[in-house]
Amino acid sequence: MKKLTRMLAALVGFGCLALSLTACGSRESLSKQDVLTNDRASNTITWGVKAETKLFGLMDVKDNQVKGFDVDIAKAITKKILGKNGQAKFVQVTSQTRIPLLKNGNIDAIIATMTITPERAKQVDFSDSYFDAGQSLLVKKGSPVKSVKDLNKPGVKVLGVTGANSVANIKKFAPKAKVLELSDYAQAMTALKSGQGAALTTDNGILYGMAVQNPGYTVVGGAFTKEPYGIAINKGQQPLKDEVNKALEEIQADGTYNRILKKWFGNVAGFDYKEAAR
Amino acid sequence: MQNFIEAYSWVNIRFLLEGLWITVEVSVVSIIASFIIGSLLGVLRYVKIKYLSAVVGFIVDIIRNLPLILIIFFTYFGLPHLGFKPGILFATILAMTIFESAMLAEIVRSGIMAVDEGQMEGARANGLSYVQALWHVVFPQAIKKTIPTIVSQFISLIKDTSLATIIVLPELLNHAQIIYGQNSAYIIPMFVIIAVMYFIICYALSVLSRVLDRKLA
Amino acid sequence: MGYIISHYWNELVQGLGYTLLASVIALFFSTIIGTMFAIFEVLPNRLMRVIGRVYIEIFRNIPLLVIAMFFYVIVPLYIAKIDGFTAGTIGLTLYTSSFIAETVRAGIQSVDLGQMEGARANGMTYWQAMSKIVLPQAFKIIIPPMGNQFINLVKNSSVLAFVAGFDLMYQANSIASLSLDTINSYMVVGLFYLVITLPLSYYMRHLEKRLAN
Repeated sequence: MKKLTRMLAALVGFGCLALSLTACGSRESLSKQDVLTNDRASNTITWGVKAETKLFGLMDVKDNQVKGFDVDIAKAITKKILGKNGQAKFVQVTSQTRIPLLKNGNIDAIIATMTITPERAKQVDFSDSYFDAGQSLLVKKGSPVKSVKDLNKPGVKVLGVTGANSVANIKKFAPKAKVLELSDYAQAMTALKSGQGAALTTDNGILYGMAVQNPGYTVVGGAFTKEPYGIAINKGQQPLKDEVNKALEEIQADGTYNRILKKWFGNVAGFDYKEAAR
Repeated sequence: MQNFIEAYSWVNIRFLLEGLWITVEVSVVSIIASFIIGSLLGVLRYVKIKYLSAVVGFIVDIIRNLPLILIIFFTYFGLPHLGFKPGILFATILAMTIFESAMLAEIVRSGIMAVDEGQMEGARANGLSYVQALWHVVFPQAIKKTIPTIVSQFISLIKDTSLATIIVLPELLNHAQIIYGQNSAYIIPMFVIIAVMYFIICYALSVLSRVLDRKLA
Repeated sequence: MGYIISHYWNELVQGLGYTLLASVIALFFSTIIGTMFAIFEVLPNRLMRVIGRVYIEIFRNIPLLVIAMFFYVIVPLYIAKIDGFTAGTIGLTLYTSSFIAETVRAGIQSVDLGQMEGARANGMTYWQAMSKIVLPQAFKIIIPPMGNQFINLVKNSSVLAFVAGFDLMYQANSIASLSLDTINSYMVVGLFYLVITLPLSYYMRHLEKRLAN
């Protein structure tokens, strides 16, 4: 009986602990440890990447690997920081899960079509921008929606993804439209096809990828915002941030960046990769 | 029809089976863990140890009355605030175990209460201590009585693993979503096949429970 | 937490409204549908019994999320344009109806067989006996389990978040992403759920005790 009670007491203690953790929800950073030092020791950098975004990060069903521009950039940066044998580990994130996972330390950095915004910069640090996107619209070919103005009517539904900057933007550009947030881009695209919204809005790079996958759909309205993508790193991890920025400069200088850009965007209709080259 | 044949290519089926494996893994571990913890908590709620039972009861009631998705968010996003950083698989298993233990605690408690009080008195009159009577006489009968309810709770657990797709656990539904997200012609074939997979597992379990129930009765 | 509550009060109240609306609508229709299939299951007609069984087994053994997504993405393509709230609520209704059918069936079967025979001997038709004698007694017996089904319904309505159904969980995800304060956002929404489910749950236990005595 004593044993039983003790065990139960421990369980209860755990329960209380779990409760108090959520109750206080402390915001302080978990570890004052230096992520870069840890990564050097384990020879691994853990990146948060998208797995449902064609061109940037898409799960390949054949070999269970995530592939795309973001993933290749992450690999190139890893090699620059850790050397030739450095390992890049990838954790799948969505727009909704990426910031909590970074702040909790599950991942070292986010490279997942993430726009640098002032609000986010209060929570996390950003590297220099590594890709210039702009928000645009994806519609069915022949749709009456030609630009973001056409969406600014009561009763019009626009699809987006929870946690994406584009959702906050569209509320400013088309305040009368109703915004429907889905959990990731695959779900949002599926919802668009099912006629749940008049348009899907997010950054043009992602939309071009969707248009490649779905020939009946097209990107319209031009880029009505500027969305510079950055690599997010926890606050207080200046050494890692410096290394990432240095590596970004290096891969742009030695042509690696342009090679990766061409690999993913060289044949995308409507996207001028030469203009985006650095 | 063509869509179905292409959708069920070996590459896709293998990818789905990888997802199914995660679903099964999470389910099996959570079922075993929650059965043990839930039974203990249920007994503890019944025996009324001062303060302890009340505290356990309170926590169980809170967990039982929250949506499972929230518990998943708490283990995945919340636990790291305590300095414990579970991976996605472990976070899901932990969430399922916490939630289902609370659900089972309630089932076990009401099962024990439904076992005739006379049983306990009879056992004690025969010289068994309270704990012995509880452990050897009352508890086994309570479990026997509640088997259909417990198994139905486990079936819910298996189905509910699909909720973890929101934190990108690579389980069955998530893998189906990835496949039809890349080729929307596969939407219907994917829904059909995962519905069939879930159905087979859950239905098999419910048949098993009926057989077990009949054997024990 | 105070910040989240005051700053996102409108969203939270809207979410609470949609969660309650979906739960009440689903409870109403799933009780009707569930009772219907429960009666199917106890009918003397074998075909009806099979239909009842098949319906219940299908919706009991497929995840609610899969059912809700089916109505969100496939039904609009081929059958009818329905939005996320409708799709989610239909999924919730069908899923819950299979559990309610099981509960009602158990209730009907626990009513003494003699009651049905007695009523029929007194000149009632099968349906008169069922609706006037058996069902009222069955419903009295199953009040506590039905209460539990409603609590489950409120919790399960969180799948609306996956189909943009504007419920509490949908708002929670949105608020967590906007405020970037994940834990507190979900804590607040947890409190909102508890405000509905905890009192219900205690009331059901009270009722259970009273009925037992």
